[in-house]
Amino acid sequence: MTNTSSIVDREAAHFGSMAADWWDPKGKSAMLHKLNPVRLQYLRDRIDQHFDCDECQFRPLEGKSALDVGCGAGLLAEPLARLGAKVTGVDAAAEVIAVARGHAEEQGLEIDYRVGGVEDVEGQFDLVTAMEVIEHVAEPTAFVAALEKRLAPGGLLVMSTPNRTAWSKLLTITLAEGMGKIPRGTHDYDQFIPPEELQAMLGTVGLEVEDVTGIAMGPMKGLHLSDDMRLNYLVSARRA
Amino acid sequence: MDRSDVIILGGGLVGLAFAAALDSAGLRSIIVDPADPDSRLTGAFDGRTSAVSSSSKRMFDAVGISEHFPEPGCPIRVIRVADGLEPGGLAFDPQDDDEPLGWMHENRHLRMALLARARAGEKIDLRFGRRPVKTVRDAHRVRVTLDDGSETEAPLLVAAEGRKSPTREAAGIKLASWRYDHAAIVSTLRHEKPHDNIAYEIFYPAGPFALLPMTDDDGGHRSAIVWSVKKKDAPGFLKLSDEDFAAEAQAAMGGFLGQVSMLAPRTSYPLGFHHAARITDDRLALIGDAAHAIHPIAGQGVNLGYRDAAALAQVLVEGARLGMDLGDAQLLERYQRWRSLDTLMVAMATDGLTRIYGIPGKTASKVRRFGMQLIDRVGPIKQRLMDEARGTSGDLPLLLRGLPI
Repeated sequence: MTNTSSIVDREAAHFGSMAADWWDPKGKSAMLHKLNPVRLQYLRDRIDQHFDCDECQFRPLEGKSALDVGCGAGLLAEPLARLGAKVTGVDAAAEVIAVARGHAEEQGLEIDYRVGGVEDVEGQFDLVTAMEVIEHVAEPTAFVAALEKRLAPGGLLVMSTPNRTAWSKLLTITLAEGMGKIPRGTHDYDQFIPPEELQAMLGTVGLEVEDVTGIAMGPMKGLHLSDDMRLNYLVSARRA
Repeated sequence: MDRSDVIILGGGLVGLAFAAALDSAGLRSIIVDPADPDSRLTGAFDGRTSAVSSSSKRMFDAVGISEHFPEPGCPIRVIRVADGLEPGGLAFDPQDDDEPLGWMHENRHLRMALLARARAGEKIDLRFGRRPVKTVRDAHRVRVTLDDGSETEAPLLVAAEGRKSPTREAAGIKLASWRYDHAAIVSTLRHEKPHDNIAYEIFYPAGPFALLPMTDDDGGHRSAIVWSVKKKDAPGFLKLSDEDFAAEAQAAMGGFLGQVSMLAPRTSYPLGFHHAARITDDRLALIGDAAHAIHPIAGQGVNLGYRDAAALAQVLVEGARLGMDLGDAQLLERYQRWRSLDTLMVAMATDGLTRIYGIPGKTASKVRRFGMQLIDRVGPIKQRLMDEARGTSGDLPLLLRGLPI
């Protein structure tokens, strides 16, 4: 791999070991499956706002390109393709990309999957996503700068990441990883970034934040979009 | 290979309403049913009727079913509940400007409207007279082979096959069921005096006698009856001549609608209540009687099915707008969670009602009358029962509020 300042080998190996049952909704990635409709709901809302799309349309991204960084086995890339986008997905773990390719083929979706980091991708994209990725990279600022380079004029960047709070540490690491809901060793609390810090980081590379929304956990609702950002949050940004 | 968004097994009332809901929002479906639908539309009125609750009616309006009704149906403005012919009954009487509590339709008219809507649906592929011979649900899709050799494929299979759903059985989904020692005798009768759009539920120890207003025809006033009797007495009631049965019915009604005569043949149904342990499996969802059936006294059975259809259609349409695989476990879980509490509550309520009224004796009758008067005076309970009749209790799917999905 070249230019992989963003990739931590240990992280790539960890996610690579989860490749086999990535698509099993009851498997090791169960939390990710539960999180998926929530972040897709946010993404759809931002897409409609940013690109002025009809909310009832089934293919709002028709004719648009999308890059999903840290795509895993394609939990986000596949919905983006169904929404009409020409999707490129990159992930550092080769085993995961192999699973992603096989799954997309079975689903009849054409997605350009590549092994590597954001630095290995060329060209610009109308939509760039990096969900639950920045907390795993070596140099967050360099990573954000690399994302900015891939954003087409008028494009939209959407990221999500756990907040650096005691609450997030308790739920994400102590409880979820402790009880095996998320594989142990997935997260490192010291790498978590609070929203203000991420916002400032995006500012330094010339991006302006459009919206910040929390993902909260409730006993009845489960994971849901909320003003409460203590656990996890989503950010959308455009060029300033 | 014919691809679609959903394959629906069963083209009955609920399956067709579900397909119409999907079609209204732009999702495609293939409906497979072995029956010839037109054979059930021709011929004389068979006496079978359905109450369409006002929330179901709103869905019919929202997805374009209502405009296909050959006649608008009869609005139910008031529901009177009485303990035998004793005074002190309970009336559900909404304010004048409120929408009706429900609408009465002949089943053949319901079928006609649903079928016409399905045939007009650009995204509905009807395969009547076809039987599924092989169904495979795997990690990526559902494939159903039909008896004419054609192959269909979709991300999700929906079973709307009725109470004996073979798909539910093949999926190993267990069924909890109760059998009552009762049967319902169903027919339609002519009466001398107008019904004033009132539905009556008169409770007798042997079971409730329900009278539901129908539109007048050329011959005069009509009402549908659903009469619950002891199972052992049912064959006797069926064997009676029309004149003798009409006389029995008139006696049960206390003659308040005047002279009564029969307008249609009588049919009897064993009364029961069943509830599937879960209503989803991998790439499979159950709707209508395949998922649950309840005692028909409150006229809720098929309306629960329309509520399933409205909820599942909304879950799928919203999922499609997020680019999700329509067989995604998260979508099915949402449907399961949304419907399970509602169906169980309605089932328990109607089951409870039957049991309370099934106790004979003077004391029990007094308790019931006292209870009814109490409910009549306590606003919230009455409102709740009225909402149940209308189908507007609980967290309502958009279509049942008359809103498009």
